Amino acid sequence: MTIVNLQNVTYKYPLTDAPVLENINLLVEEGEFVAIIGPNGAGKSTLCYTLSGFVPHFYKGELTGTVEVAGVETQQSTLSEWVMNVGLAFQNPFNQISGAKYTVFEEIAFGLENIGVPRGEMKDRVDRALELTGISDLADRSPYSLSGGQQQRVALTSILVMEPKVLVLDEPTSQMDPVGTREVFGVIRAMAERGMTVVLADHKVEWIAQFADRVVALHAGKILIDGKPGEVLTSDLLDGKGFGISRYTSTAREAQKQGLWPKDRSLPVTLDEAVEGFTLTPGPSPSGRGER
Amino acid sequence: MNMKIEIKELHHTYPAGVKALNGISLTIEAGEQVAIVGQNGSGKTTLVKHLNGLLQPTSGTVLIGDWDTSKYQVAQLASRVGYVFQNPDEQLFTRTVHQEVSFGPKNLGYKTEKVEALVEDALALTELTAQKETNPYDLSPTWRKMVALASIIAMDTPIVIFDEPTTGQDAANIARMANVIATLRERGKTVLTITHDIDFCAENFERVIALSQGKVLLDGLTNEVLGQEETLAETYVDPPQLTRLGLRLGLKEVVRNQKEFLAALKK
Repeated sequence: MTIVNLQNVTYKYPLTDAPVLENINLLVEEGEFVAIIGPNGAGKSTLCYTLSGFVPHFYKGELTGTVEVAGVETQQSTLSEWVMNVGLAFQNPFNQISGAKYTVFEEIAFGLENIGVPRGEMKDRVDRALELTGISDLADRSPYSLSGGQQQRVALTSILVMEPKVLVLDEPTSQMDPVGTREVFGVIRAMAERGMTVVLADHKVEWIAQFADRVVALHAGKILIDGKPGEVLTSDLLDGKGFGISRYTSTAREAQKQGLWPKDRSLPVTLDEAVEGFTLTPGPSPSGRGER
Repeated sequence: MNMKIEIKELHHTYPAGVKALNGISLTIEAGEQVAIVGQNGSGKTTLVKHLNGLLQPTSGTVLIGDWDTSKYQVAQLASRVGYVFQNPDEQLFTRTVHQEVSFGPKNLGYKTEKVEALVEDALALTELTAQKETNPYDLSPTWRKMVALASIIAMDTPIVIFDEPTTGQDAANIARMANVIATLRERGKTVLTITHDIDFCAENFERVIALSQGKVLLDGLTNEVLGQEETLAETYVDPPQLTRLGLRLGLKEVVRNQKEFLAALKK
């Protein structure tokens, strides 16, 4: 079932001349994990705001085309209706944390309080969400006493606890350590397996390649290419436009020129694919292999 | 004055009782380029905030050249140590990029001509010259980060600290950051950078310090440190992509960039 349906969406912020999003057409199936990549200024955050109703309800501006998420059309609804279906974790957790709560536990309960969830259920849900993202030990700390990466986990947890149908994430791991990043991508993947739809804007292509179902490359407000991670992340269309690609891809491309990567083999986007391709390569082999 | 950084048995406990640093001893020579890595909450930001006096040791000492930071004020230390915050919005406050970038050097008491020269240089280095009259908050978060960078570079301090400069930055901006760091190296500045971007760390720094639970876990040349996959895992750091690939392929040397990887592969 299609849960996100964007048709010919063009959007301009107030007081600006040029559109930030131009003629976007995007269909997302329920339970799909879609990653949005693109250089800074490509429109990734604006697309996240559009999916979560902040555009146009909060930012105003001029939206044309139709934005439909979980059967509701953005122009026909209010932001408070919208939040029942879609959750957004902001790029900067400092902007998201309420400032009204003394502990992480209360911060995460904040959204549930606002939609009138009974106390007992609220406690259970907060406990489960804290466990899911691995921050149960931070429950009694003040959100402001945490490190950037820890705050980011709180911000993500406070959205997950709402159990939105569509989870929109704007660089949710930008301040996390590498292992934390990998863990959080794993949690997001698990949510998608359970049927939550995920749209994630990020630069971290190594983890996108490993965990996402699909990648949409955004450039100058338009969709440049939309497809499987392996196709999009190795596409020539990304060249020279400021997209980040994984070192596995760029190095294999160079290796291919030097005859160190099989000519007819597609380029790798993950570590496993790189290991496989370089192991197959004829010629001088690293130690431990080729001794049959 | 030799601006060596000497940290001896540094401990820091926050008022709420969180022990953030548990006995750190380090020497960083003038002109070194050092990356500091480690898991969230390992004490990276707490450590660097001791270098410009934003935090004072609970015990232990921090020397910046001949100054003991406990005997100098933040305003004085600002002439020796520039610190670019993790979040640019915590440090930007004026109406134009030019005012923002001039604020630091003006406050260090430099003459108008010198301030102007420093500002021009910092704006050119961060590719912001054309945005001089723009309000920093009309710029995207990406470029606000560059303004924050420029405002510290303009202070021309011998020591510059970047707290997670690549967070949320695209490939082009990461390349710009790398260029800024390379220029500061040529100028003989000491550069300390906190980063989770381990590929950026591998490609731009000679020395890496890994912190874990407020202690130094590893400290050495980049290749030595980043090849220690198991020890790094203790502080939630993965080796760089190509280092991991090299380890998986069983290459004899630890590699950290494309050139080293391809050279080792050919052997």
